[in-house]
Amino acid sequence: MDGGSATRRQAVDEAMRLDGNAAAGILSEVFVPDLTTARAACASCGAIREVGALFVYAHGMGTVLRCPSCGAAVLRVARTRTRLWFDATGARLLVMTAAE
Amino acid sequence: MSTVSAPARPRAIAWRLASVAEVRAETVTTRTLVLDVPGWPGHRAGQHVDVRLTAEDGYQAQRSYSIASAPETPRLALTVERLEDGEVSPYLTDVLRPGDRLELRGPIGGYFVWDVTLGGPLLLVAGGSGIVPLMAMLRHRAAVLQHADARARHEVPARLLYSARRWDDVIYREELARLAEGDETLEVALTLTREAPRGWTGFRRRIDKMMLAEVAWPPAERPRAFVCGPTPLVEAVAAALVELGHDPARVKTERFGPTGGSA
Ligand SMILES: Cc1cc2nc3c(=O)[nH]c(=O)nc-3n(C[C@H](O)[C@H](O)[C@H](O)COP(=O)(O)OP(=O)(O)OC[C@H]3O[C@@H](n4cnc5c(N)ncnc54)[C@H](O)[C@@H]3O)c2cc1C
Ligand SMILES: [Zn+2]
Repeated sequence: MDGGSATRRQAVDEAMRLDGNAAAGILSEVFVPDLTTARAACASCGAIREVGALFVYAHGMGTVLRCPSCGAAVLRVARTRTRLWFDATGARLLVMTAAE
Repeated sequence: MSTVSAPARPRAIAWRLASVAEVRAETVTTRTLVLDVPGWPGHRAGQHVDVRLTAEDGYQAQRSYSIASAPETPRLALTVERLEDGEVSPYLTDVLRPGDRLELRGPIGGYFVWDVTLGGPLLLVAGGSGIVPLMAMLRHRAAVLQHADARARHEVPARLLYSARRWDDVIYREELARLAEGDETLEVALTLTREAPRGWTGFRRRIDKMMLAEVAWPPAERPRAFVCGPTPLVEAVAAALVELGHDPARVKTERFGPTGGSA
């Protein structure tokens, strides 16, 4: 791949970037508490942020939530017609508010 | 062996069938859909819904739309900008008629929300259709404060900086003017980036650091900032606010995507 197309792809990706808050719908299929106000610790750099403040890249069926500090994928969630996939290997810890 | 009944399975935010009660033209390209949503549990200002369209062959397209109405009003309102080559928005703005059904789920997203109890000062920065969730905040603020005394209003002062291409692209233009007129603690500043009417004395450029320094409270006043609109605008504004010394934890962003509205 030449450098030019990689740069172009990165520019497109950046324009498509959303906030973690935009992933609240699909996350609500996995979690009962609202995950956008949960705190996530990035497993690669340790930065702690509200999930709503992560960067969201939604492509096709899958949504990737990345750490704004280091760019690592913290959470991935995807759905097919019959299954939900949730990958949290990039999160060292998730702390959410319990229901009363 | 005794059987233990399983606890009731907690339910995900449900998809519901809303019905369109009214379609209102806001600008040439934007429409407000006023919806009746049976079983709607109520929302907080700033939240959104996911809308899902299903084609006859089963193909589905899903998009997020912010809630424009205040929690205090009975009907849910969405305001959608038509993107000419868009998959979903032209259907919502041009095809839907009163009586039609629309599938949605919500309210979604507790991160980008504000209510009067969180206090102020409230700094709102919008580009294009990014005004929508911020309008819900202003409508909520007005509903709560309408019977309050001046002191209560002064505890939650609000300022809106709103970027649009042209005067005629300013969504909720009359309502914003009305709200600001009747409330000495609300200031509305517009910037028109493409074209301005004759005699225009407001800003005439994209939002930049100087403009923010002029409109916003100083960082020492610790305003809560909500920034919403097309992704490039949101990122530029959030970075400028942080450079000006605002606490990043008090600058919340809602990116609408590459085009999320003309600004
Ligand atoms: C949390 C949230 C709240 C939102 N609230 C509102 C709201 O209140 N009102 C509102 O009008 N919108 C809102 N949006 C935006 C909305 O969700 C849709 O993105 C918008 O309506 C466009 O959808 P569409 O299907 O019409 O266009 P799409 O078919 O998705 O295309 C959108 C435009 O982007 C371009 N595009 C698509 N893919 C790319 C790419 N890879 N690179 C560059 N350009 C591309 C297309 O050419 C087209 O012009 C919100 C978005 C989010 C995330
Ligand atoms: Zn990180």
